[in-house]
Amino acid sequence: MIDFTFTEEQEMFRKAAREFAETKLAPQVAEMEKTGEVSDAVVKALGEAEMMAITIPEEYGGLGLGYTERLIALEEISRVSVATAMMLQVFALGIEPIVKFGSEELKHKYLPGLASGKRLATTAVTEATGGSDPTGIKSAYTKDGDTFIVNGRKCFITNSHLADTITILAKADDNPKAFCAFVIDKDMPGWKPTHKEHKVGMRGCNTGELSFEDLKIGPEQLLGEEGKGLRVTMAAIGDVGRGGMVGTALGLQAACIEESIKFANQRILYGKPISALQTIQNKIAEMKIDLEAGRLLGYRAAAIQDVGGRSSNEFAVAKYYTTEAAQKAAKMAVDIHGGYGCMEEYPVSRFWRDSAVLGPSAGTSDIMKVIIARWAMS
Amino acid sequence: MLKIVVCVKAVPDPKLACDLKIDPVTKTLLRCDVPMVLNSLDKHALEAALQIKAENGAYICVLSMGPPEAGSIVKECMALGADKGILLSDPCFGGADAYATAYTLATGVQKIGDVDAVLCGMASSDGATEWVGPEMAVMLGMPVVTRVREIIVGNDESWEVKSALENGYRRMRVRLPALLTVTRDLNAPRALSFSGIIKARKKVITQWRLDDLGVSAETVGIKGSPTIVTEMCAVDNARRVTFLEGTREEKAEQLLQKLIEGGLL
Repeated sequence: MIDFTFTEEQEMFRKAAREFAETKLAPQVAEMEKTGEVSDAVVKALGEAEMMAITIPEEYGGLGLGYTERLIALEEISRVSVATAMMLQVFALGIEPIVKFGSEELKHKYLPGLASGKRLATTAVTEATGGSDPTGIKSAYTKDGDTFIVNGRKCFITNSHLADTITILAKADDNPKAFCAFVIDKDMPGWKPTHKEHKVGMRGCNTGELSFEDLKIGPEQLLGEEGKGLRVTMAAIGDVGRGGMVGTALGLQAACIEESIKFANQRILYGKPISALQTIQNKIAEMKIDLEAGRLLGYRAAAIQDVGGRSSNEFAVAKYYTTEAAQKAAKMAVDIHGGYGCMEEYPVSRFWRDSAVLGPSAGTSDIMKVIIARWAMS
Repeated sequence: MLKIVVCVKAVPDPKLACDLKIDPVTKTLLRCDVPMVLNSLDKHALEAALQIKAENGAYICVLSMGPPEAGSIVKECMALGADKGILLSDPCFGGADAYATAYTLATGVQKIGDVDAVLCGMASSDGATEWVGPEMAVMLGMPVVTRVREIIVGNDESWEVKSALENGYRRMRVRLPALLTVTRDLNAPRALSFSGIIKARKKVITQWRLDDLGVSAETVGIKGSPTIVTEMCAVDNARRVTFLEGTREEKAEQLLQKLIEGGLL
């Protein structure tokens, strides 16, 4: 029989992550919403709670845990702060290419700092001309001896102004089929974060642009083989990026259900709590069905990943399902709250705005369907 | 090195207290519907032991009595930093009142042997008698200080502690081995950490049954409990709202009457 239960240890990880989210993150959420800025206290707390270390191998200062544990942590953090879950999920997106494709030298150079939170990571692939189709990017490299020289711009980069260790993708100036993935850090001249975005939701999670002007990168910063960088970034995005969005969406769904039930039990209409009305119960049941189904999809994909399998297709299904369900849940939560749902004092208004950002992140639902259809027809 | 025993209890999650039900026949709490968590005050007792360990070195043994599921609470304590975890678990231990619980735990402490200090939470969130710690101390022949809000570790022979009083505190020196029950003012318990959970993988919970303690089944559990619960009922917390009408003086008079009728004045 298939075992669908979490281990005792995984339950303990969930407890630790929940306790962390409720005690360290929750008090910062209002300020993050108000300012739209990343909270230094939150970033510090994430590091102290070893949240960045989860999937980094122990020999490089990490915890050496699996993707199931990562999903658990993201779900619990997103339940309290979707913005923080998004920030954390993209830290991992910047770390994964170093773990999977970095040389020993690069791993020893970057991973211990990333595990402790002293360094902060991101990945920069998306440009105005290519994101889900990275072959469309225009950032290009030329070579001067062994040195790569990169010019271009990246947009919609999560942690753009926060990260000091970034995995970037650039195309060969003279060969449209050759891509290189590099890890760059703040000490390298020739790049800077530029424009900061003002998103509709996930306030407190930084998104912006990066600019590269004659950024000189030594060959030792190369991830994977020269010319085969697409594989590096796509592996990270497919397995880790989509997986991270699943955890983020599941947490938001859980929060929508909790707040809806709390409000429905308190709000009196026709002399009884509105939770007694079938129309409200119907919405709560739909939210619960979606959450349970999404958990099965997401944790199954993570389990495949934990045993070394490729799970990008399974995560595409889970990403599609959970981010759509999260948007639906947030809308229903606002509906259940009626007029109160449109007021900032109630968290469901934040959930609604946050849910709007979930869909396009790490590939829109339409792109997920393209991937899923290719998988089905292959 | 000091050997400290911390007594912990798995209690129904207080956040879900409204979901608790009472068995109409046995008059005991039906615990199966509500997840069990580590008793809040016991976390402060464990934290005190962990701080003593960090400052002076100590061997910390966590001791709990409960069903096998309570093992997860003991494991949690080991993830927080305890060196050893012992669960006293036997069907015979079920239904114990404070006296039988104290007796079983005290027997466990005696079996551990050479204990310098026993730390307990002042009370459990489900029973809240505050009796188990002091009763254990009597059974173990140890001095006891209740409601400890500060521990100033002196030497291996005695500790200086502050014990909370209604309007202040008492400062006293207690000879070891001693038993202390602690308040939440003592410290801020550390959070469960991922690396702590990983370290706890290597720590095994020891389970002691009735035979391991070498005591009679008549002295533990419901058979060893002198307390007889004749009735238990849920408290109705429903609120009533009354709008007072009239002049300010009339409303004040009505309010006074209401407070008198409600037994508040």
